[in-house]
Amino acid sequence: MSNAVKAVKEPLFHIEKRASLPAWKAWAIRGGALLVALVVSCILSGLFLGGNPFAFFSSVFSGAFGTSTRINTLLKELSLLLCVSLAVVPAFKMKFWNLGANGQILAGCIATTACMIYLNGVVPPAVLYILMFVSAILAGAIWAVIPAIFKAIWNTNESLFTLMMNYIAEGLVAFFLTLWATDGSGTLNPIKDAMLPKIGGEDFILPLIVAIVLTAAMYIYMRFTKHGYEISVVGESENTAKYVGINVKKVVIRTLIVSGALCGLVGCLLSGAINGNISTSMHDGMGFTAIMVAWLAKFNPAIMAVMAFVVIFVERGAAFASRQMGVTNSAFPSIVTGIIFFFVIACEFFIEYKLKFRSKKKGGNE
Amino acid sequence: MKKIVSLALSAVMATGLVAGLAACNEKTYKIGMICLHGSASTYDANFINAMKEACENKGMSDDLTIVTDIPEETKCYDTAKDLVDQGCELIFADSFGHEAFIAQAAEEFPNVEFCHATGTTAQTAGLDNFHNAFASIYEGRYLAGVAGGMKLLEMYQDNELEDSNFTDATKKTIKIGYVGAWPYAEVKSGYTSWFLGVQSVFEEADLGVNVAMEVQFTNSWYDETAEKSAAQNLISRGAALISQHADSMGAPSACETAGVPNVSYNGSTATACPNTYIVSSRINWVPYFEYIIDCVFNDGGEIDTDWCGGLENGSVVLTDLGTNAAEGTAEKLATVKASLIDGSLKVFDTSKFTKDGVNLTSYTTSYGFEGECIVTENGKTYFAESSRRSAPYFDIDIDGITILTDATQE
Repeated sequence: MSNAVKAVKEPLFHIEKRASLPAWKAWAIRGGALLVALVVSCILSGLFLGGNPFAFFSSVFSGAFGTSTRINTLLKELSLLLCVSLAVVPAFKMKFWNLGANGQILAGCIATTACMIYLNGVVPPAVLYILMFVSAILAGAIWAVIPAIFKAIWNTNESLFTLMMNYIAEGLVAFFLTLWATDGSGTLNPIKDAMLPKIGGEDFILPLIVAIVLTAAMYIYMRFTKHGYEISVVGESENTAKYVGINVKKVVIRTLIVSGALCGLVGCLLSGAINGNISTSMHDGMGFTAIMVAWLAKFNPAIMAVMAFVVIFVERGAAFASRQMGVTNSAFPSIVTGIIFFFVIACEFFIEYKLKFRSKKKGGNE
Repeated sequence: MKKIVSLALSAVMATGLVAGLAACNEKTYKIGMICLHGSASTYDANFINAMKEACENKGMSDDLTIVTDIPEETKCYDTAKDLVDQGCELIFADSFGHEAFIAQAAEEFPNVEFCHATGTTAQTAGLDNFHNAFASIYEGRYLAGVAGGMKLLEMYQDNELEDSNFTDATKKTIKIGYVGAWPYAEVKSGYTSWFLGVQSVFEEADLGVNVAMEVQFTNSWYDETAEKSAAQNLISRGAALISQHADSMGAPSACETAGVPNVSYNGSTATACPNTYIVSSRINWVPYFEYIIDCVFNDGGEIDTDWCGGLENGSVVLTDLGTNAAEGTAEKLATVKASLIDGSLKVFDTSKFTKDGVNLTSYTTSYGFEGECIVTENGKTYFAESSRRSAPYFDIDIDGITILTDATQE
């Protein structure tokens, strides 16, 4: 028996689950992964673009926060992405795969822009602002609740349904553009006098405040309320939820209303506070990026803020650094962004598991 | 072991921070360019290549920075602001919808010159440092139409056309098609001039045969699928010749597959569509870019509020003819081009087209402004396109052109 065991050749290394890792070590691994990814990107930039790799490295940082303008822009994009990430959390925690955040954002944009076009000058500004917010939140909620109702009642596939709703929303925006851009050009000029006032003259402050409030609110909602508890029970096991008397249909519908409403709110910020108009691509793909942010942070709102920062930092930094190298298309920045996320996501494996190498004693016969 | 790894990681992170701080002392530029998409888009590539060439000609290649993939949103203004921070004294934006955001930046930074292609509001904005530019591309499209018309005439004379290419059994009217982006003046002026170019060939041939055109809009500037299916639809409806005004390869590739001649825009499609490419018209922006660089950096005076390039200064050009162009096309184009330059030929000559069966004598509510657009000069009455403002404003739906409404609205 013991002879048989000895005959099995021990592999060079094997994988072992870690008992637990102190938080600081886990973060050191994540930070390290980010830096290794940046170094790899720099080497690639040297190979493909022929520039100085060190210059590329420092350009990533200065492109993300080299000047006050860039810091403002970074905070603005970070806040918006964080809001969308928070919006998808309740649905994902419930294992409802809401891939329709882009469409829900656009629904909010449409409602906000409609208010700006039809009600500007008709009602007092304060009323207009409230209506912009309320209608955007309602529109987002309606856009999300349609697939939720179908899921709850007929158990339709929510991934396909929400995804499809994105295309419908984009089609609706194109339709409204032909209606609202009366010159036929499909370009709507910003309706400046109907836009929400800029706090301190800067357009990043309002989204930042909304993001901070939402982060705190979502943390409390998910962790300390009955709703939050019901969501996690439904996500863990629908049968358990039914057994303990949770009305699963009600929870699904209610949670998607929350999720869609928050996406609608982002639409209101985009159309009402930042751009003053609408376009089919105004969501900027945030609905999908947000899913990555939420997963990487394991749905913890505070960590999501960090992850949203990493995403925006990488995107803006890589674009700027590539530009400094004379790149005039989005291919190289996309490659760099992809490499960095590959490393950041892969490093989660090394936080969960460790590689155990063959011990020296047993391999000593060489 | 673990301690060593942690230490190493901390060291790398610290290096990163230092590198980040050191980066604050970065390079500055003098010329900034904002593009809607990148060099993969034919539209933006046309601007990017021209700007690089102009900067090289003026010895300013190191002073140029190009920012791509900037949507027509506040991001455009943010980018302009960032370019000002980087030292730019001249900023150019290439897309119609950038205009409002460029004007916003121009108001905030009066010491920086802002130029914008295809826009319409510089004349009325009241800002000294905000300028529009375009070119009389309708003349280029007219020439491209002549080349397309000659190909079509050749096909007619060689009996290559099928019954479905004619509107009815009398075989007196040949169908052609056009894929357009959005139903406004820039596109309408373009397809009307192209149509008149094709028509002029048949009028001159005097065979009692004419052309009729169907237009399908995609309601997007770049939608490869929509452009492709629009072209396929037009071909299945009998179009014997196709042209387009949208930025993807959708229409040309549909033509190549179906074997229908195609007149392109923005640049030659000869490599991708060797069997069907005839010619392409495009705006050459090098003359404009050299002009604004001279104005700002070589004391060339004030930049025009609204600059319009033309055939005569090389702003409007045709690409090389395809191998399938009809015989004698090059010679014919040279003659027509000369008459356009000397003014003896006007694209929108009112005797050459009708609206609701009548020749127009007056048109006062054009795209973007009010005022008489039809003038008489040296005995010729014509619609004076791009003379009161560089951006096109011819938006008349003339007879012989039908807009398909099943896919879009008018």
